[in-house]
Amino acid sequence: MSEEYLVNIEHEKLSFFTPAGEVKALNDVNIHLRQGEVLGIVGESGSGKSVTAYSLIGLTADPGKLISGSLYFNGHQVDQMTEKEMRKIRGNEISIIFQDPMTSLNPVYTIGNQITEVITLHTNKTKEEAKARAKELLELVGINEPEKRLKQYPHELSGGMRQRIMIAIALACEPKLLIADEPTTALDVTIQAQILELMMELKDKLGMSIIMITHDLGVVASMCDHIAVMYAGRIVEYGTTDQVFYEPKHMYTKGLIRSIPRLDTDEHQRLIPIEGTPVDMLNPPKGCPFGPRCEACMKICLKQNPPITEFDDTHYTYCWLQQKEAMERLAADSSAKSSGGGEA
Amino acid sequence: MTRYVLKRILLAIVTIWVVATLTFFLMNMIPGGPFLSEKAISPQATAALEAKYGLDKSLWEQYVTYMNGLLHGDFGLSLKQRGRTVLEIIVTKFPVSAKIGGMAVLISLVLGVSLGCIAALHQGKFWDRFISVFATLGIAVPGFVVCTLLSYVFGAKLKLVSTLGLSDWTSYILPVTAIAFYPTSYIMRLMRSSMLDVLGQDYMRTAKAKGLSGTKQLFKHALRNAILPVVTYVGPMLAYTIVGSFVVEKIFVIPGLGGSFITAINGRDYTLIMGTTIFLATLVILMTLVVDILYKIIDPRIKYD
Ligand SMILES: Nc1ncnc2c1ncn2[C@@H]1O[C@H](COP(=O)(O)OP(=O)(O)O)[C@@H](O)[C@H]1O
Ligand code: SF4
Ligand SMILES: [Mg+2]
Repeated sequence: MSEEYLVNIEHEKLSFFTPAGEVKALNDVNIHLRQGEVLGIVGESGSGKSVTAYSLIGLTADPGKLISGSLYFNGHQVDQMTEKEMRKIRGNEISIIFQDPMTSLNPVYTIGNQITEVITLHTNKTKEEAKARAKELLELVGINEPEKRLKQYPHELSGGMRQRIMIAIALACEPKLLIADEPTTALDVTIQAQILELMMELKDKLGMSIIMITHDLGVVASMCDHIAVMYAGRIVEYGTTDQVFYEPKHMYTKGLIRSIPRLDTDEHQRLIPIEGTPVDMLNPPKGCPFGPRCEACMKICLKQNPPITEFDDTHYTYCWLQQKEAMERLAADSSAKSSGGGEA
Repeated sequence: MTRYVLKRILLAIVTIWVVATLTFFLMNMIPGGPFLSEKAISPQATAALEAKYGLDKSLWEQYVTYMNGLLHGDFGLSLKQRGRTVLEIIVTKFPVSAKIGGMAVLISLVLGVSLGCIAALHQGKFWDRFISVFATLGIAVPGFVVCTLLSYVFGAKLKLVSTLGLSDWTSYILPVTAIAFYPTSYIMRLMRSSMLDVLGQDYMRTAKAKGLSGTKQLFKHALRNAILPVVTYVGPMLAYTIVGSFVVEKIFVIPGLGGSFITAINGRDYTLIMGTTIFLATLVILMTLVVDILYKIIDPRIKYD
């Protein structure tokens, strides 16, 4: 059943056991992704986007422990794998690029050294072949004078150029999945667009899947097939990009969409930021984690966590409001049916 | 690179000249003189001796004469060790000191770096605590106390090693330990904190994400970055080792340059004091230059200018 997916994360629970107490960073996270698809994970800082991605590639930071759940990737049951087994697929079948290209490259080694390293590690290529491949990769990510760049050190290159290098390293072994953890957050707006465009171009060329992590829905919407909205360690809404954009169901998603700056609307329409502070993960509120900030919060929201509401195969949310609407719709449907006037 | 080295050498010459000049005048400000304590000598004989070595001339004349000799590579004759040139004394004494000092520096570096790494990798666990206690002790306890304790326990009581002179290899253990004690502890602490800092850097996460093994991550990606502060400390450590050897050579009666230097100061052997000072200053300056070049090779971000 899971074979149809490249990535299938089911009911993942992950906690950080810090001196101050248990931080339940992930609470029943489900993610599935087919070959060649792009999934956007959106949510504010601290919502668990990076933790989700890192757990899939075995980079969970130290006090973090997987409590339960199943993580499947490309024929591997990742949660059952040893570190040694993980090393074989990391940088090879699954790659990751990070937020800050300025600090993600080792300052004391040349670009060439840092690219060829991953090639010789995962392939049987000789040093010379690896160097040729590195040059090819630099051309692929749109870096001019590749011969010269290979001999340069990270501090000699701009941020945008360094992120291209990171992409080159990530793609060196033609991975099945590329995880991009806020790849453009640290870059200028114009460079941002260039990097995202490059990633999409390479995705089409190489046929890989991408998990695109961002706190800025507006930036990545156009390139994602599906979007998972995360809040306080949960995926509160999941759907196709159109569903999430045009029929947002969770109050947090609605807030996110209202806060995207739009160029096409008239200037009087102001941005509406989401009020309130993010959840304290050490002491999360009872009930719906978004409750204290939600303008539609009801009594039940503060008592009990909302159950899932599924709209169709691809669209679901966890919100009492939808539950109510769903129940009303159900009631209306059944009364319509019982009166004999139901639709097909 | 060549321009940088030439510039540094020019600067070194100026520094050595300043050191020589300062030492010359400060040394002459110390009360007493080379021939005062030798009671058997009559005032006439003293005057004759002073005339022979040019000590009867004005200080300024003496300075010019000395510097002139120095320019021609002439360090002069020792005032107290009849018939021996200063250069001769330095050339025979220095290898002894260099052997002990060199061993101490090497041991400090190897032990300090490796124990510092181990502590960082076991942060908060037993080995980290153990090493940290050791390092704190090593920094807090003065070197001569360590010397005395070591020679009392291992030499006088347990009779495991010789504590006087340099007879066999065991006689090296105590003096080398005494000199290496502080720098080892200091490097351990330096290495531990710098390694912890490096391990938390983003590029270490990149290294792991590439699929590199733990050893490759540590030895290739972490060590070269983490060792930079230690390289910076090598200059001060050399100076420390030289000063430390003065005390240690005196305590363990080692026929090295340090012991000879102290004897020269006590006996106001002006030429030997000058010669040794200039020699040691040159040594430290040269080694610092070597270390600076090494630093630039390890860290490509540093520019030559
Ligand atoms: N190393 C860690 N130690 C303790 N808690 C952590 C650690 N890393 C992440 N967390 C917790 O997990 C939550 C999610 O973090 P993260 O996934 O990095 O958020 P983001 O959505 O901004 O990427 C954070 O709120 C934090 O409480
Ligand atoms: S469950 Fe209640 S509090 Fe939570 S988002 Fe829905 S309406 Fe708001
Ligand atoms: Mg993050």
